[in-house]
Amino acid sequence: MRTDKSALAGPVGLALAALVVVLAVTPLIGSASVDFAAAWQGVSPHKEILFAARLPRVLLAALAGGALALAGLLFQALVRDSLADPYTLGVSAGASLGAVLAICLRLNMLVGMPAVGAAALLGASTVLMLVMGLASRGRRMSSFTLLLAGVTMNSLSIAVILFLHNLADFGQSFAIVRWLMGGIEAEEYSTVAVLAVVILATAAYVFRQARVWNLLSVGEEWAEARGVAATRYLRLGFLAGSVLTALVTAFTGPIGFLGWIVPHALRLRYGADHRLLVPCAFLYGAAFLAVCDTVARTILAPTEIPVGVITAMVGGPFFLWLLGSRGRRVI
Amino acid sequence: MSPIYHCRGLAHTYDTTEVLRLDQVEFRTGEFAAIVGPNGAGKSTLLTILAGLRPDYQGECLLEGREVRQWGRRELTRLVSFLPQKIDLAFPFTARQVVFMGRTPHCDGLYDTPEDAAAVDEAMRLTDTLEFQERDYRSLSGGERQRVMVAAALAQGGRVLLLDEPATFLDLKHQLAIYRLLRELAAQGRAVIAVTHDLNLAAASAHRMLVLYHGKAVADGEPRAAMSGDVLRCVFEVEPDEVPWIAHG
Repeated sequence: MRTDKSALAGPVGLALAALVVVLAVTPLIGSASVDFAAAWQGVSPHKEILFAARLPRVLLAALAGGALALAGLLFQALVRDSLADPYTLGVSAGASLGAVLAICLRLNMLVGMPAVGAAALLGASTVLMLVMGLASRGRRMSSFTLLLAGVTMNSLSIAVILFLHNLADFGQSFAIVRWLMGGIEAEEYSTVAVLAVVILATAAYVFRQARVWNLLSVGEEWAEARGVAATRYLRLGFLAGSVLTALVTAFTGPIGFLGWIVPHALRLRYGADHRLLVPCAFLYGAAFLAVCDTVARTILAPTEIPVGVITAMVGGPFFLWLLGSRGRRVI
Repeated sequence: MSPIYHCRGLAHTYDTTEVLRLDQVEFRTGEFAAIVGPNGAGKSTLLTILAGLRPDYQGECLLEGREVRQWGRRELTRLVSFLPQKIDLAFPFTARQVVFMGRTPHCDGLYDTPEDAAAVDEAMRLTDTLEFQERDYRSLSGGERQRVMVAAALAQGGRVLLLDEPATFLDLKHQLAIYRLLRELAAQGRAVIAVTHDLNLAAASAHRMLVLYHGKAVADGEPRAAMSGDVLRCVFEVEPDEVPWIAHG
């Protein structure tokens, strides 16, 4: 088999269909029943529940899920480690550190944005710069130094978070724990739109360079001997994955498991070619988080469960089943 | 034929240790050259310099009259296929996908073209790897993997083939087949340069042997001439009579 458009059409079409179904169905599910026809005609409260509360939340969940699954896939390829996830290389811990700092300093607004989100973006960018700087030696960078620098910055950020948490008062402490659990809330459409533009553009870039991720996931020398500038694409890939992770984390906090499990499940099914994995990871990641968030807000309604708990509790058993049914194939 | 590689005063230093210093060495198309020597002689360093992977070499290393480090990476890899000793895959690529990666320097778009597929088919046919082309590369035996590697280098389609230990893990039948193939590929007008520890196979199949010792070329010529009694004694530390098939042909 060679990988051409027709080889992609089936699996990507299926993933797209799954996402469309999820996006159509999940906004209608919830503790209050919603009539779509009534909402469409502008009848209250159907209209508000569907279009102001649920739809933007479902869209944010889908964007976040797609971005995290894609970032996980990319980081796993770059460091050639199937245990990597969007949080391995420190950017998300940097975002959390920024958010926790904003909570501890009682900031409300920062550069015209809600302080916690803005500080999270600042924290993520700071860690990103530091990791890039530390991992590069002159004009070179290797995946190994990237992994070392990233993991170290991750641990360091978490240590500072714990230190700050220790100093915080009761109210701050509650806010910090809530942030660190992660969760999705309904955002303004304008916010969702900005996120969508940046995330989709980054995802499109990652897809266009899918061949390069194939080569880098074999090795840097392997890529260079096939005409690809390894250091350059290692940097660009790290940057792309970090942008995806940082943006999502700033709005949702850390949501675990999905960025690691979705790429794995897809590799078990479709193999290692990133031309197929990149679009599938994005689409299935989006569908998966939209479903998990719907479960999180309905299963114990009106109490909401942190969505990260659901991603692990739904995804874990599914992945174990997949692992058990793979027959004699190696992972 | 005129040399495709022309090295003069070529040297390479790790930190402060000089691992390679060649006064003058040339490689030609139409020739299968084996680079031999004990561990740490600088064989792999030389091979990776020729492959353009160590642009920090000192001295002169001309490929078709132009310094290797001045070639564009893509341009160079269309001409030169480099085959590492082995790859460790973390992910489930099939044998055929590994061979397809050799086509990268020729591809512009995202997808593989029918021409790429034809080149891959031909490379896999020549290396006898078609029967397990859809299997996970990591599930293959050491010998099968090595043949897939050779196929990937062939699919890349350059006029220069650089190979690091192309037949270490192969059984006798496939060792002979690979060396026969390398000699044939050279005869078709390619420059084939292989680093190897296997003096027997190199002496039997290569047109020429370059003997490196502590980073210097101590013998260079037809296998029989290069494997002189002095070289065997001083470099490989064996008496010629212990290996008569190498020493006397």
